Amino acid sequence: MILHELLSYEILRVIWWVLLGVLLIGLAATDGFDMGVAALIPFVGKSDAERRIVINTVGPVWEGNQVWLILGGGAIFAAWPILYAVSFSGFYLAMFIVLASLILRPVGFKYRNKREGFAWRTRWDWALVIGGAVPALIFGVAVGNVLQGVPFSLQDNMMPIYPGNFLLKLLGLLNPFALFVGVVSLAMHVSHGASWLVLKTEGAVQARARRIGTYAGLLGIVTFLLAGVWLAFGVEGYRYVSEPDHFGPSNPLLSEVVRGGSWIDAYTTRPWIIIAPIMGVVGLAGQVLLMRLWSGWSVVAGKVGIFGIISTVGLTMFPFILPSSLNPSASLTVWDSSSSHMTLFIMLVCTIIFLPMILAYTAWVYKVLWGKVTQDEINSNPNAY
Amino acid sequence: MEFGLVELSRLQFAATAMYHFLFVPLTLGLSIMLATMETVYVMTRRPIWRQMTKFWGTLFGINFVLGVSTGITMEFQFGMNWSYYSNYVGDIFGAPLAIEGLMAFFLEATFVGLWFFGWEKLRPRAHMFVGWCVAIGSNFSALWILIANGWMQNPVGAEFNPMTMRMELVDFYAVLFNPVAQAKFVHTVSAGYVTASIFVVGVSSWYLLRGRHVELARRSIAIASAFGLAASLSVIVLGDESGYEATHNQKMKLAAIEGMWDTEKAPASFNLFGIPDQEARETKYAIKVPFVMGMIGTRSLTEEMPGIKDLVKGSEGRIRSGLVAYEALLQIRANKGNVAPEVKASFEEHASDLGYALLLSSMVEDPLTATDAQIEAAAWKTVPGVLPMFWTFRLMVGFGFFMLLILTYMFWTTNFRGGRYPQWALKVSVFIIPMPWLAAEMGWFVAEFGRQPWTVDGLLPTALSASHLSVFDLAVTLGGFVALYTTLLIIEMKLMLAAIRKGPVHDVEAVAAWNARHAPIAPQPAE
Repeated sequence: MILHELLSYEILRVIWWVLLGVLLIGLAATDGFDMGVAALIPFVGKSDAERRIVINTVGPVWEGNQVWLILGGGAIFAAWPILYAVSFSGFYLAMFIVLASLILRPVGFKYRNKREGFAWRTRWDWALVIGGAVPALIFGVAVGNVLQGVPFSLQDNMMPIYPGNFLLKLLGLLNPFALFVGVVSLAMHVSHGASWLVLKTEGAVQARARRIGTYAGLLGIVTFLLAGVWLAFGVEGYRYVSEPDHFGPSNPLLSEVVRGGSWIDAYTTRPWIIIAPIMGVVGLAGQVLLMRLWSGWSVVAGKVGIFGIISTVGLTMFPFILPSSLNPSASLTVWDSSSSHMTLFIMLVCTIIFLPMILAYTAWVYKVLWGKVTQDEINSNPNAY
Repeated sequence: MEFGLVELSRLQFAATAMYHFLFVPLTLGLSIMLATMETVYVMTRRPIWRQMTKFWGTLFGINFVLGVSTGITMEFQFGMNWSYYSNYVGDIFGAPLAIEGLMAFFLEATFVGLWFFGWEKLRPRAHMFVGWCVAIGSNFSALWILIANGWMQNPVGAEFNPMTMRMELVDFYAVLFNPVAQAKFVHTVSAGYVTASIFVVGVSSWYLLRGRHVELARRSIAIASAFGLAASLSVIVLGDESGYEATHNQKMKLAAIEGMWDTEKAPASFNLFGIPDQEARETKYAIKVPFVMGMIGTRSLTEEMPGIKDLVKGSEGRIRSGLVAYEALLQIRANKGNVAPEVKASFEEHASDLGYALLLSSMVEDPLTATDAQIEAAAWKTVPGVLPMFWTFRLMVGFGFFMLLILTYMFWTTNFRGGRYPQWALKVSVFIIPMPWLAAEMGWFVAEFGRQPWTVDGLLPTALSASHLSVFDLAVTLGGFVALYTTLLIIEMKLMLAAIRKGPVHDVEAVAAWNARHAPIAPQPAE
């Protein structure tokens, strides 16, 4: 097949780097509010009836939203196989905690209402809090670690290795900077979930969501800015020693990378990327302000904020994707960790065909479900959560 | 077997996959049956069909979430536990997983929520359409997963790239239309349809035995027995097709299933019974049915089927050929590709046997120094455990034919005996509800255990595929997954049983309205 030569390997790599961002943003912008809502259940819903309203605001859509996670995993596997291999095994126990929490979430949504009883339902409420808050926090912690570099290396046969004690490794992942980025992520998700609740509920639940959402949004802005300062003065960056081959084979060991300088240097070489953090701050601020005036647009502003914050990380690090603190030359970058030219092309064709379809039918589903979730509606539907 | 990292990783994959496949087959079959029932409702507007759809839909929902939850683990643990595998074949194997998400799982998951929440928000036709989207999405999901799995059994359309040290895609159509994948797909989804049919027939039979919800139970048996009969025939035919395909690319798996140590004169006989002995390399107490195996495997009377001993000899040759490729590969890597054309040519000539040389890497530090004895031992490692293969396969086939029998009987009674099901048939139907699940798990065992010692047949040994983790890491996650899954499974079973005991919700108003509308045209006799 010669068809894939239509786009150069270099261009395809950049496209897939952008699509990696699109998937992560898609995950945070859709499944993100499900996580935020789940994390807020006992705090915005005081009675069982209120909690059911909260859960049912995401009841019909969380399943579809969660596919962003599945698709994200699959796309990283297909387009960035070595990134998938190194990151998922390198963050092993953290991944397990994320998985276990994520497993609780669907089950909690579906099973909570299948039985009466205070203890049964309260237990599921807390399972849902874990299922929402823990992944949101750990995703941020993971990003914090990626920015600092992860202690992995590659053997000559490309076997990823992570020397050291498993417990120390887990504790190493939970370092102060990473936890701080985790707080940014948690605040971003919680405030987004709250703005969704303001849109979909009324009365006391809405008032509580608005209050928590305001604080979480402000916390998100402040911690995001402080994390930027920390990154500028407290975290070392990575850079190529020689110009990498943008068309070369995907083998990280062929190029030389050193640690040093700052990630923030990117803002002098590519000043235009400042637009990303600005969007992050303006989006979150808009989400907080519009929560009082125009809750539909508040949700939109929140998504703009998520777009800005996640893009900030990607654009700041470009072309690095997963630097290695142990052996910088093993760092994974856009130029040396992708799939083959042909696989990237075929996957791009599939994405161009199916992604617009997904967006279209997802939009239709949201349109059908438009409007506030009310008590009457829940009582009339035996399948409601 | 010593329990090291690789064994624990395998055990974890087996455990999480087998849990996952407790939920998947019911989703595959029930989604189609639900859509069918709802279509009947939309066409006839009889409230009973709506009631049926909603009732089986409730059970579908309880099962569905666990299928989704346990499925997330499946996708993530390739990277977590099998990182060398993931990098080595991700260029090919990752694509079907990603396309599954794009094309199938998004469709299924986006619409399943609307299906449950949309009864009052959508017109009946639109709601039916949503149901079909869920069913099509689920089944397409299975297609892509089995294309990925089929590639592990029969790795076509890929070449090894020495510069990246991994397999890379060269022919996507070959991966897509891999005959093993196609046969496995139909075999697997049909098994899912049988599972759902046996489940629906079983639960309905229980209602009939109790005299409850008779109208719903009878209609459900009518639909499920017809659907299940067709599906069981398809499972068996495509199982046979899988056997035929295995003759061409997984001869060892087939020989192990058969416990066939020596090559027999064509057409080979089929061992109905026997106790394979791995140490003695023979199958004791064999009861042979002449001709049958040759017919299944080759569909001819003259083609020979190789036995295990001859296949091992073949493996030995491939190990030696693989070592040539391995040596050339080391030179290519050391010189970053700048080597004499003879070295390149020698690599390309023997590259297809490279995986066999890698079998040695778990036995000796440097495969090139392996002794003849080690090479022979490595060749014998290409034989999977024959006894478990032999018996698991036979039990699976036995269960399959028994279910075919029951479904045929129920179908025949429904259509030609006015639905007067005898008590014994109803009792048997309830009793065999677990049978399709057992058969499905056994099927996966035969497919995956039979592929050992490879993760990708002939390309990558399992021992090399696992991540460099600590035993403690794996102990934590294995224990954690088993505890979590078992808890959830118990909760799921309890909720299922409670929902079945509770039975369908009777929509009295809708039934009365329907009867009132239809009474003048077709007067009903007073009951």
